[in-house]
Amino acid sequence: MPRTVALIGTDAIAEAMRQINPDVVPAYPITPQTAIVETFAQMVGDGLVDTEMINAESEHSALSAAIGAAAAGARVMTATSAQGLALMWEMLYIASGMRLPIVMPNVNRALSAPINIHCDHSDSMGARDSGWIQLFSENAQEAYDNVLQAVLIAEDPNVLLPVMVLLDGFIISHAVERLDLLDDRTAKQFIGTLMPRDSLLDAENPPSWGVFDGLGGYYFEFKRAQAQAMINAAAAVRKVAGQYAEISGRHYDFFETYRLDDAELVIVAAGSAAGTIRSMIDDLRAEGLRIGMLKLRMFRPFPERDLVKALSHVKNVAVFDRSDTFAGEMGGPLFVELRAAFYEEEKRPQMLNFIYGLGGRDLSRNLIRQAVDSCKLAAGSNERQKRIIYLGIRD
Amino acid sequence: MAKQWDFSRIREWGWREHPVGPVIPEPGTADRYETGGWRSLRPILSPEKCVHCFTCFIYCPDSAIVVSAEKMKGFNLRHCKGCGICARECPKDAIHMVNEAEARGLEKCLLPEEGGTGREQTS
Ligand code: SF4
Ligand code: SF4
Repeated sequence: MPRTVALIGTDAIAEAMRQINPDVVPAYPITPQTAIVETFAQMVGDGLVDTEMINAESEHSALSAAIGAAAAGARVMTATSAQGLALMWEMLYIASGMRLPIVMPNVNRALSAPINIHCDHSDSMGARDSGWIQLFSENAQEAYDNVLQAVLIAEDPNVLLPVMVLLDGFIISHAVERLDLLDDRTAKQFIGTLMPRDSLLDAENPPSWGVFDGLGGYYFEFKRAQAQAMINAAAAVRKVAGQYAEISGRHYDFFETYRLDDAELVIVAAGSAAGTIRSMIDDLRAEGLRIGMLKLRMFRPFPERDLVKALSHVKNVAVFDRSDTFAGEMGGPLFVELRAAFYEEEKRPQMLNFIYGLGGRDLSRNLIRQAVDSCKLAAGSNERQKRIIYLGIRD
Repeated sequence: MAKQWDFSRIREWGWREHPVGPVIPEPGTADRYETGGWRSLRPILSPEKCVHCFTCFIYCPDSAIVVSAEKMKGFNLRHCKGCGICARECPKDAIHMVNEAEARGLEKCLLPEEGGTGREQTS
Protein backbone atom coordinates (compact mmCIF):
# COMPACT_ATOMS: atom_id res chain seq x y z
CA MET A 1 0.00 0.00 0.00
CA PRO A 2 1.37 3.44 -0.87
CA ARG A 3 1.69 5.85 1.99
CA THR A 4 0.45 9.43 1.67
CA VAL A 5 2.68 11.80 3.56
CA ALA A 6 3.44 15.48 3.97
CA LEU A 7 7.17 16.07 3.58
CA ILE A 8 9.59 18.77 2.58
CA GLY A 9 11.30 17.96 -0.71
CA THR A 10 14.62 17.06 0.85
CA ASP A 11 12.94 14.54 3.17
CA ALA A 12 11.12 13.06 0.19
CA ILE A 13 14.54 12.48 -1.41
CA ALA A 14 15.88 11.00 1.84
CA GLU A 15 12.89 8.61 1.91
CA ALA A 16 13.74 7.46 -1.61
CA MET A 17 17.34 6.96 -0.50
CA ARG A 18 16.20 4.93 2.51
CA GLN A 19 14.23 2.64 0.22
CA ILE A 20 17.13 2.36 -2.23
CA ASN A 21 19.48 1.57 0.67
CA PRO A 22 22.64 2.50 -1.24
CA ASP A 23 25.86 0.71 -0.28
CA VAL A 24 27.83 3.94 -0.03
CA VAL A 25 26.86 7.61 0.34
CA PRO A 26 29.79 10.02 0.47
CA ALA A 27 28.50 13.55 1.04
CA TYR A 28 29.30 17.09 1.98
CA PRO A 29 26.67 19.59 3.15
CA ILE A 30 25.65 22.65 1.16
CA THR A 31 22.49 24.75 1.35
CA PRO A 32 19.84 23.85 0.27
CA GLN A 33 20.91 20.23 -0.22
CA THR A 34 22.11 19.82 3.39
CA ALA A 35 18.73 18.69 4.64
CA ILE A 36 18.91 15.60 2.40
CA VAL A 37 22.14 14.26 3.86
CA GLU A 38 21.17 15.37 7.38
CA THR A 39 17.98 13.33 7.29
CA PHE A 40 19.77 10.47 5.59
CA ALA A 41 22.60 10.54 8.15
CA GLN A 42 19.94 10.19 10.86
CA MET A 43 18.57 7.15 9.04
CA VAL A 44 22.07 5.68 8.96
CA GLY A 45 22.46 6.45 12.68
CA ASP A 46 19.11 4.84 13.44
CA GLY A 47 20.09 1.70 11.56
CA LEU A 48 17.29 2.06 8.98
CA VAL A 49 19.78 1.45 6.16
CA ASP A 50 23.01 -0.50 5.74
CA THR A 51 24.75 2.37 4.01
CA GLU A 52 28.39 3.20 4.60
CA MET A 53 28.17 6.97 4.96
CA ILE A 54 31.36 8.94 4.35
CA ASN A 55 31.57 12.51 5.58
CA ALA A 56 33.91 13.93 2.98
CA GLU A 57 35.88 17.15 3.43
CA SER A 58 34.59 18.69 0.19
CA GLU A 59 32.28 17.94 -2.71
CA HIS A 60 35.30 17.11 -4.85
CA SER A 61 36.19 14.43 -2.33
CA ALA A 62 32.57 13.31 -1.95
CA LEU A 63 32.24 12.56 -5.67
CA SER A 64 35.75 11.10 -5.77
CA ALA A 65 34.77 8.65 -3.03
CA ALA A 66 31.55 7.92 -4.88
CA ILE A 67 33.52 7.11 -8.03
CA GLY A 68 35.87 4.78 -6.16
CA ALA A 69 33.00 3.02 -4.44
CA ALA A 70 31.07 2.65 -7.69
CA ALA A 71 34.13 1.16 -9.39
CA ALA A 72 34.31 -1.29 -6.50
CA GLY A 73 30.81 -2.39 -7.47
CA ALA A 74 28.76 -0.53 -4.87
CA ARG A 75 25.44 1.17 -5.46
CA VAL A 76 26.34 4.77 -4.74
CA MET A 77 24.49 8.02 -4.18
CA THR A 78 25.44 11.52 -3.15
CA ALA A 79 23.71 14.91 -3.34
CA THR A 80 24.73 18.50 -3.86
CA SER A 81 23.84 22.06 -4.91
CA ALA A 82 25.39 25.03 -6.71
CA GLN A 83 28.96 25.69 -5.50
CA GLY A 84 29.16 22.08 -4.39
CA LEU A 85 28.36 20.91 -7.90
CA ALA A 86 30.88 23.40 -9.23
CA LEU A 87 33.55 21.97 -6.94
CA MET A 88 32.71 18.49 -8.28
CA TRP A 89 33.35 19.58 -11.84
CA GLU A 90 36.49 17.58 -12.47
CA MET A 91 34.93 14.46 -11.03
CA LEU A 92 31.63 14.84 -12.92
CA TYR A 93 33.43 14.08 -16.16
CA ILE A 94 35.36 11.22 -14.58
CA ALA A 95 32.17 9.62 -13.26
CA SER A 96 30.54 9.71 -16.70
CA GLY A 97 33.75 8.84 -18.56
CA MET A 98 34.24 5.79 -16.36
CA ARG A 99 30.59 4.93 -17.01
CA LEU A 100 29.64 4.68 -13.34
CA PRO A 101 25.94 4.55 -12.52
CA ILE A 102 25.99 7.06 -9.65
CA VAL A 103 22.71 8.79 -8.73
CA MET A 104 22.93 12.34 -7.44
CA PRO A 105 20.06 14.68 -6.55
CA ASN A 106 21.12 18.25 -7.25
CA VAL A 107 19.02 20.85 -5.44
CA ASN A 108 19.16 23.68 -7.95
CA ARG A 109 20.66 26.86 -6.56
CA ALA A 110 22.19 29.92 -8.19
CA LEU A 111 25.94 29.91 -8.71
CA SER A 112 27.93 32.77 -7.15
CA ALA A 113 28.74 35.65 -7.65
CA PRO A 114 27.02 37.52 -6.15
CA ILE A 115 26.49 34.87 -3.53
CA ASN A 116 22.91 33.69 -3.45
CA ILE A 117 21.40 30.56 -1.95
CA HIS A 118 18.11 30.56 -3.86
CA CYS A 119 16.90 28.68 -6.88
CA ASP A 120 17.93 28.92 -10.44
CA HIS A 121 19.26 26.34 -12.86
CA SER A 122 22.71 27.81 -13.49
CA ASP A 123 24.42 25.05 -11.51
CA SER A 124 23.10 22.00 -13.35
CA MET A 125 22.92 23.79 -16.71
CA GLY A 126 26.63 24.44 -16.41
CA ALA A 127 27.09 20.68 -16.16
CA ARG A 128 24.94 19.95 -19.20
CA ASP A 129 27.89 18.73 -21.28
CA SER A 130 29.42 16.65 -18.50
CA GLY A 131 27.82 13.42 -19.70
CA TRP A 132 25.30 13.05 -16.89
CA ILE A 133 21.67 12.23 -17.54
CA GLN A 134 19.57 15.10 -16.14
CA LEU A 135 15.95 14.79 -15.01
CA PHE A 136 13.97 17.80 -13.79
CA SER A 137 11.25 17.56 -11.14
CA GLU A 138 8.24 19.84 -10.75
CA ASN A 139 7.52 18.99 -7.11
CA ALA A 140 8.48 16.70 -4.25
CA GLN A 141 6.48 13.80 -5.68
CA GLU A 142 8.37 13.97 -8.96
CA ALA A 143 11.69 14.36 -7.19
CA TYR A 144 11.00 11.21 -5.17
CA ASP A 145 9.80 9.31 -8.24
CA ASN A 146 12.76 10.49 -10.31
CA VAL A 147 15.31 9.33 -7.74
CA LEU A 148 13.89 5.79 -7.69
CA GLN A 149 13.77 5.64 -11.48
CA ALA A 150 17.25 7.15 -11.79
CA VAL A 151 18.82 4.07 -10.21
CA LEU A 152 17.51 1.75 -12.91
CA ILE A 153 18.19 4.20 -15.73
CA ALA A 154 21.81 4.62 -14.61
CA GLU A 155 22.37 0.88 -14.24
CA ASP A 156 20.79 -0.12 -17.56
CA PRO A 157 23.50 -2.15 -19.36
CA ASN A 158 23.00 -0.08 -22.53
CA VAL A 159 23.50 3.12 -20.57
CA LEU A 160 25.82 2.92 -17.53
CA LEU A 161 25.91 6.65 -16.93
CA PRO A 162 25.46 8.78 -13.82
CA VAL A 163 22.14 10.54 -13.30
CA MET A 164 21.45 13.94 -11.80
CA VAL A 165 17.94 14.40 -10.40
CA LEU A 166 17.12 18.10 -10.33
CA LEU A 167 14.79 19.83 -7.92
CA ASP A 168 14.36 23.54 -7.34
CA GLY A 169 16.08 24.88 -4.24
CA PHE A 170 13.71 25.96 -1.44
CA ILE A 171 10.65 26.00 -3.72
CA ILE A 172 10.69 22.19 -3.73
CA SER A 173 13.45 21.35 -1.27
CA HIS A 174 12.07 23.26 1.72
CA ALA A 175 8.32 23.45 1.13
CA VAL A 176 6.03 20.83 2.68
CA GLU A 177 4.05 18.96 0.06
CA ARG A 178 1.67 16.06 -0.01
CA LEU A 179 3.02 13.04 -1.83
CA ASP A 180 2.63 9.29 -2.10
CA LEU A 181 5.52 7.02 -1.18
CA LEU A 182 5.70 3.47 -2.46
CA ASP A 183 5.59 0.90 0.28
CA ASP A 184 9.08 -0.31 1.09
CA ARG A 185 8.65 -3.77 -0.37
CA THR A 186 7.40 -2.52 -3.72
CA ALA A 187 10.20 0.03 -3.87
CA LYS A 188 12.85 -2.55 -3.06
CA GLN A 189 11.49 -5.00 -5.61
CA PHE A 190 11.53 -2.27 -8.23
CA ILE A 191 15.10 -1.30 -7.41
CA GLY A 192 16.40 -4.87 -7.27
CA THR A 193 20.08 -5.51 -6.76
CA LEU A 194 23.00 -4.11 -8.69
CA MET A 195 25.01 -6.58 -10.74
CA PRO A 196 28.43 -4.93 -10.68
CA ARG A 197 30.77 -5.28 -13.64
CA ASP A 198 34.56 -5.48 -13.29
CA SER A 199 34.37 -4.85 -9.55
CA LEU A 200 37.57 -3.64 -7.90
CA LEU A 201 36.71 -6.01 -5.05
CA ASP A 202 36.64 -9.06 -7.30
CA ALA A 203 39.77 -10.77 -5.99
CA GLU A 204 39.49 -13.53 -8.62
CA ASN A 205 39.55 -11.05 -11.49
CA PRO A 206 41.04 -7.82 -10.23
CA PRO A 207 40.61 -5.17 -12.96
CA SER A 208 42.21 -1.74 -13.40
CA TRP A 209 39.81 1.21 -13.65
CA GLY A 210 40.21 4.66 -15.13
CA VAL A 211 43.51 3.73 -16.71
CA PHE A 212 45.80 6.02 -18.67
CA ASP A 213 44.76 6.02 -22.29
CA GLY A 214 48.39 5.76 -23.28
CA LEU A 215 50.02 7.57 -26.11
CA GLY A 216 48.43 5.22 -28.62
CA GLY A 217 45.20 7.09 -28.19
CA TYR A 218 41.85 5.38 -27.64
CA TYR A 219 40.26 8.38 -25.90
CA PHE A 220 38.27 9.25 -29.00
CA GLU A 221 36.77 5.74 -29.14
CA PHE A 222 35.80 5.85 -25.46
CA LYS A 223 34.08 9.20 -25.96
CA ARG A 224 32.15 7.90 -28.97
CA ALA A 225 30.95 4.97 -26.86
CA GLN A 226 29.94 7.43 -24.14
CA ALA A 227 27.98 9.49 -26.66
CA GLN A 228 26.16 6.32 -27.69
CA ALA A 229 25.33 5.54 -24.07
CA MET A 230 23.61 8.93 -23.80
CA ILE A 231 21.69 8.26 -27.01
CA ASN A 232 20.63 4.89 -25.55
CA ALA A 233 19.56 6.58 -22.31
CA ALA A 234 16.37 7.94 -23.88
CA ALA A 235 14.98 4.44 -24.43
CA ALA A 236 15.99 3.45 -20.91
CA VAL A 237 14.23 6.48 -19.42
CA ARG A 238 11.06 5.46 -21.23
CA LYS A 239 11.36 1.79 -20.32
CA VAL A 240 11.91 2.52 -16.64
CA ALA A 241 9.04 5.03 -16.67
CA GLY A 242 6.78 2.25 -17.96
CA GLN A 243 7.85 -0.12 -15.20
CA TYR A 244 7.41 2.62 -12.63
CA ALA A 245 3.91 3.45 -13.86
CA GLU A 246 2.90 -0.16 -13.21
CA ILE A 247 3.82 0.00 -9.53
CA SER A 248 2.99 3.65 -8.80
CA GLY A 249 0.21 4.62 -11.21
CA ARG A 250 2.21 7.72 -12.03
CA HIS A 251 3.24 8.19 -15.65
CA TYR A 252 6.45 9.83 -16.76
CA ASP A 253 8.00 10.54 -20.12
CA PHE A 254 10.59 12.86 -21.64
CA PHE A 255 8.17 15.70 -21.09
CA GLU A 256 4.59 16.33 -20.06
CA THR A 257 2.14 18.34 -22.12
CA TYR A 258 -0.77 20.34 -20.84
CA ARG A 259 -3.67 21.50 -23.09
CA LEU A 260 -1.28 21.33 -26.00
CA ASP A 261 -3.35 19.73 -28.76
CA ASP A 262 -5.09 22.81 -30.16
CA ALA A 263 -2.69 25.36 -28.65
CA GLU A 264 -1.33 28.19 -30.78
CA LEU A 265 0.97 29.45 -28.06
CA VAL A 266 2.97 27.08 -25.87
CA ILE A 267 5.12 27.81 -22.87
CA VAL A 268 8.10 25.44 -22.48
CA ALA A 269 9.57 25.27 -18.99
CA ALA A 270 11.29 22.90 -16.56
CA GLY A 271 11.09 22.53 -12.80
CA SER A 272 8.73 24.05 -10.28
CA ALA A 273 7.70 26.94 -12.56
CA ALA A 274 5.47 24.45 -14.37
CA GLY A 275 3.00 24.48 -11.50
CA THR A 276 2.44 28.22 -11.68
CA ILE A 277 2.33 28.17 -15.47
CA ARG A 278 -0.23 25.37 -15.47
CA SER A 279 -2.61 27.30 -13.23
CA MET A 280 -2.15 30.38 -15.39
CA ILE A 281 -2.95 28.42 -18.53
CA ASP A 282 -6.36 27.51 -17.16
CA ASP A 283 -7.11 31.20 -16.55
CA LEU A 284 -5.86 32.27 -19.97
CA ARG A 285 -7.86 29.49 -21.63
CA ALA A 286 -10.94 30.79 -19.81
CA GLU A 287 -10.19 34.14 -21.42
CA GLY A 288 -10.26 32.45 -24.82
CA LEU A 289 -6.53 32.15 -25.50
CA ARG A 290 -5.41 28.90 -27.12
CA ILE A 291 -2.41 28.31 -24.89
CA GLY A 292 -0.72 25.19 -23.58
CA MET A 293 2.40 24.09 -21.77
CA LEU A 294 5.22 21.63 -22.34
CA LYS A 295 7.07 20.74 -19.16
CA LEU A 296 10.48 19.26 -19.88
CA ARG A 297 11.50 16.43 -17.56
CA MET A 298 14.50 15.00 -19.41
CA PHE A 299 17.07 17.61 -20.36
CA ARG A 300 19.89 15.09 -20.93
CA PRO A 301 19.61 13.37 -23.27
CA PHE A 302 17.77 16.21 -25.03
CA PRO A 303 14.63 14.70 -26.61
CA GLU A 304 15.06 16.68 -29.80
CA ARG A 305 12.83 14.71 -32.17
CA ASP A 306 9.98 14.27 -29.72
CA LEU A 307 10.00 17.98 -28.91
CA VAL A 308 9.88 18.94 -32.56
CA LYS A 309 6.99 16.55 -33.13
CA ALA A 310 5.07 17.89 -30.15
CA LEU A 311 5.55 21.53 -31.08
CA SER A 312 5.55 21.58 -34.88
CA HIS A 313 1.85 22.56 -35.10
CA VAL A 314 2.35 25.52 -32.75
CA LYS A 315 2.63 29.13 -33.94
CA ASN A 316 4.42 30.63 -30.97
CA VAL A 317 6.65 29.06 -28.38
CA ALA A 318 7.73 30.89 -25.24
CA VAL A 319 10.80 29.19 -23.81
CA PHE A 320 11.30 29.84 -20.10
CA ASP A 321 14.91 29.55 -18.98
CA ARG A 322 15.96 29.76 -15.35
CA SER A 323 19.59 30.39 -16.32
CA ASP A 324 21.56 32.24 -18.96
CA THR A 325 24.28 30.98 -21.27
CA PHE A 326 26.09 34.36 -21.28
CA ALA A 327 26.89 33.49 -24.87
CA GLY A 328 26.05 36.94 -26.21
CA GLU A 329 22.36 37.27 -27.12
CA MET A 330 21.95 33.53 -27.60
CA GLY A 331 19.44 33.24 -24.75
CA GLY A 332 19.13 30.52 -22.12
CA PRO A 333 20.23 26.90 -22.68
CA LEU A 334 16.73 25.52 -23.23
CA PHE A 335 16.08 28.18 -25.87
CA VAL A 336 19.39 27.57 -27.64
CA GLU A 337 18.78 23.83 -27.86
CA LEU A 338 15.12 23.97 -28.76
CA ARG A 339 15.81 26.46 -31.55
CA ALA A 340 18.60 24.25 -32.86
CA ALA A 341 16.24 21.27 -32.83
CA PHE A 342 13.99 23.01 -35.38
CA TYR A 343 16.77 23.88 -37.81
CA GLU A 344 15.88 21.26 -40.43
CA GLU A 345 12.15 21.73 -40.10
CA GLU A 346 9.99 23.36 -42.75
CA LYS A 347 7.51 24.55 -40.16
CA ARG A 348 9.14 26.41 -37.32
CA PRO A 349 7.27 28.21 -34.59
CA GLN A 350 8.12 31.78 -33.68
CA MET A 351 10.24 31.37 -30.58
CA LEU A 352 10.74 33.84 -27.77
CA ASN A 353 13.02 33.37 -24.82
CA PHE A 354 12.12 34.47 -21.31
CA ILE A 355 14.93 34.33 -18.81
CA TYR A 356 13.30 34.39 -15.38
CA GLY A 357 13.82 33.64 -11.73
CA LEU A 358 17.60 34.03 -11.49
CA GLY A 359 18.79 33.91 -7.90
CA GLY A 360 15.36 32.81 -6.77
CA ARG A 361 13.35 35.76 -8.06
CA ASP A 362 9.73 34.72 -7.85
CA LEU A 363 7.88 33.80 -11.04
CA SER A 364 4.49 35.37 -10.34
CA ARG A 365 1.33 34.73 -12.33
CA ASN A 366 1.50 38.33 -13.39
CA LEU A 367 4.93 37.80 -14.97
CA ILE A 368 3.59 34.85 -16.93
CA ARG A 369 0.80 37.09 -18.22
CA GLN A 370 3.43 39.66 -19.23
CA ALA A 371 5.30 36.98 -21.16
CA VAL A 372 2.13 35.87 -22.90
CA ASP A 373 1.39 39.51 -23.89
CA SER A 374 4.86 39.78 -25.45
CA CYS A 375 4.19 36.62 -27.43
CA LYS A 376 0.86 37.95 -28.68
CA LEU A 377 2.60 41.10 -29.82
CA ALA A 378 5.29 39.11 -31.63
CA ALA A 379 2.68 36.90 -33.27
CA GLY A 380 0.82 40.00 -34.55
CA SER A 381 3.91 41.61 -36.02
CA ASN A 382 4.71 38.60 -38.24
CA GLU A 383 8.39 39.52 -38.36
CA ARG A 384 10.80 36.81 -37.33
CA GLN A 385 13.54 37.84 -35.01
CA LYS A 386 15.29 36.46 -32.00
CA ARG A 387 13.95 37.95 -28.79
CA ILE A 388 15.47 37.42 -25.42
CA ILE A 389 13.48 38.97 -22.61
CA TYR A 390 14.60 39.14 -19.00
CA LEU A 391 11.26 38.57 -17.33
CA GLY A 392 10.79 40.45 -14.07
CA ILE A 393 14.03 42.43 -14.31
CA ARG A 394 14.10 45.93 -12.82
CA ASP A 395 14.65 47.88 -16.01
CA MET B 1 42.16 -18.05 -12.77
CA ALA B 2 42.22 -14.36 -13.49
CA LYS B 3 40.83 -13.17 -16.80
CA GLN B 4 43.11 -13.03 -19.81
CA TRP B 5 42.60 -10.02 -21.99
CA ASP B 6 43.46 -10.38 -25.63
CA PHE B 7 44.13 -6.89 -26.88
CA SER B 8 46.62 -7.88 -29.57
CA ARG B 9 44.47 -6.15 -32.20
CA ILE B 10 43.55 -3.10 -30.10
CA ARG B 11 44.86 -0.71 -32.71
CA GLU B 12 42.27 -1.99 -35.13
CA TRP B 13 39.36 -1.96 -32.67
CA GLY B 14 36.40 0.27 -33.43
CA TRP B 15 34.73 2.14 -30.59
CA ARG B 16 32.27 -0.68 -29.91
CA GLU B 17 35.05 -3.18 -29.15
CA HIS B 18 36.73 -1.49 -26.19
CA PRO B 19 35.62 -2.46 -22.66
CA VAL B 20 32.92 -0.16 -21.23
CA GLY B 21 34.71 2.71 -19.54
CA PRO B 22 38.51 2.67 -19.38
CA VAL B 23 38.80 -0.74 -17.71
CA ILE B 24 41.55 -3.31 -18.09
CA PRO B 25 39.96 -6.61 -17.15
CA GLU B 26 43.20 -8.56 -16.77
CA PRO B 27 45.28 -8.06 -13.62
CA GLY B 28 48.99 -7.30 -13.58
CA THR B 29 49.32 -5.95 -17.10
CA ALA B 30 51.43 -3.02 -15.81
CA ASP B 31 54.23 -5.59 -15.53
CA ARG B 32 54.52 -5.38 -19.31
CA TYR B 33 54.86 -1.63 -19.29
CA GLU B 34 58.31 -0.13 -18.97
CA THR B 35 58.36 2.84 -16.62
CA GLY B 36 62.14 2.67 -16.08
CA GLY B 37 62.67 4.83 -19.13
CA TRP B 38 61.56 7.92 -17.19
CA ARG B 39 64.32 7.55 -14.64
CA SER B 40 66.79 10.41 -14.20
CA LEU B 41 68.03 9.25 -10.78
CA ARG B 42 68.95 5.68 -9.99
CA PRO B 43 68.77 4.04 -6.56
CA ILE B 44 71.98 2.31 -5.45
CA LEU B 45 71.97 -0.20 -2.64
CA SER B 46 74.74 -0.45 -0.06
CA PRO B 47 74.24 -4.14 0.85
CA GLU B 48 76.45 -3.92 3.93
CA LYS B 49 74.04 -1.41 5.53
CA CYS B 50 70.82 -3.19 4.59
CA VAL B 51 69.01 -5.04 7.40
CA HIS B 52 66.29 -6.43 5.06
CA CYS B 53 63.44 -4.69 6.87
CA PHE B 54 61.54 -4.26 3.55
CA THR B 55 60.48 -0.69 4.29
CA CYS B 56 61.58 0.13 0.74
CA PHE B 57 59.52 -2.76 -0.62
CA ILE B 58 56.40 -1.43 1.11
CA TYR B 59 56.92 2.15 -0.06
CA CYS B 60 58.01 1.62 -3.65
CA PRO B 61 55.09 2.77 -5.84
CA ASP B 62 56.24 0.62 -8.75
CA SER B 63 56.95 -2.68 -7.01
CA ALA B 64 60.51 -2.31 -8.25
CA ILE B 65 62.26 -3.65 -5.15
CA VAL B 66 63.53 -7.14 -5.88
CA VAL B 67 63.19 -9.56 -3.00
CA SER B 68 64.13 -13.19 -2.97
CA ALA B 69 64.68 -15.68 -0.20
CA GLU B 70 63.57 -12.98 2.28
CA LYS B 71 66.41 -10.73 1.27
CA MET B 72 66.35 -7.29 -0.36
CA LYS B 73 68.31 -7.90 -3.55
CA GLY B 74 68.18 -4.63 -5.44
CA PHE B 75 66.01 -2.88 -8.02
CA ASN B 76 64.09 -3.88 -11.09
CA LEU B 77 65.27 -1.10 -13.37
CA ARG B 78 62.65 -1.87 -15.97
CA HIS B 79 60.05 -0.51 -13.55
CA CYS B 80 62.02 1.74 -11.19
CA LYS B 81 61.21 5.32 -12.21
CA GLY B 82 63.77 6.84 -9.87
CA CYS B 83 61.41 8.66 -7.51
CA GLY B 84 63.77 8.21 -4.57
CA ILE B 85 61.08 7.26 -2.06
CA CYS B 86 62.98 4.10 -1.10
CA ALA B 87 66.13 6.13 -0.41
CA ARG B 88 64.23 8.56 1.75
CA GLU B 89 62.31 5.93 3.72
CA CYS B 90 65.16 3.45 4.31
CA PRO B 91 65.85 3.60 8.08
CA LYS B 92 69.49 2.54 7.55
CA ASP B 93 70.41 4.93 4.73
CA ALA B 94 71.24 1.86 2.70
CA ILE B 95 69.96 3.42 -0.54
CA HIS B 96 71.30 6.53 -2.24
CA MET B 97 70.35 8.08 -5.51
CA VAL B 98 72.84 8.80 -8.26
CA ASN B 99 72.51 10.53 -11.56
CA GLU B 100 71.29 8.02 -14.12
CA ALA B 101 73.86 9.03 -16.73
CA GLU B 102 76.55 8.74 -14.15
CA ALA B 103 75.24 5.39 -13.15
CA ARG B 104 75.44 4.18 -16.70
CA GLY B 105 79.08 5.15 -16.84
CA LEU B 106 79.87 3.62 -13.47
CA GLU B 107 78.61 0.15 -14.07
CA LYS B 108 77.40 -2.20 -16.68
CA CYS B 109 73.71 -1.53 -16.93
CA LEU B 110 72.02 -3.81 -19.40
CA LEU B 111 69.09 -1.80 -20.63
CA PRO B 112 67.18 -3.35 -23.57
CA GLU B 113 68.85 -1.15 -26.16
CA GLU B 114 72.18 -2.34 -24.82
CA GLY B 115 71.26 -5.93 -25.44
CA GLY B 116 70.04 -6.73 -21.92
CA THR B 117 66.58 -7.41 -20.56
CA GLY B 118 66.62 -4.40 -18.27
CA ARG B 119 65.88 -6.65 -15.36
CA GLU B 120 69.45 -7.02 -14.17
CA GLN B 121 70.13 -5.97 -10.62
CA THR B 122 72.54 -3.15 -10.02
CA SER B 123 74.23 -4.50 -6.95
S1 SF4 C 1 64.55 -0.12 3.65
FE1 SF4 C 1 66.79 -0.06 3.64
S2 SF4 C 1 67.38 -1.54 5.20
FE2 SF4 C 1 65.23 -1.91 4.78
S3 SF4 C 1 65.29 -3.50 3.19
FE3 SF4 C 1 65.21 -1.58 2.11
S4 SF4 C 1 67.35 -1.08 1.72
FE4 SF4 C 1 67.36 -2.65 3.28
S1 SF4 D 1 63.47 4.92 -6.71
FE1 SF4 D 1 61.24 4.87 -6.49
S2 SF4 D 1 60.62 3.46 -8.10
FE2 SF4 D 1 62.79 3.13 -7.85
S3 SF4 D 1 62.94 1.46 -6.38
FE3 SF4 D 1 63.05 3.35 -5.21
S4 SF4 D 1 60.94 3.72 -4.60
FE4 SF4 D 1 60.87 2.22 -6.26
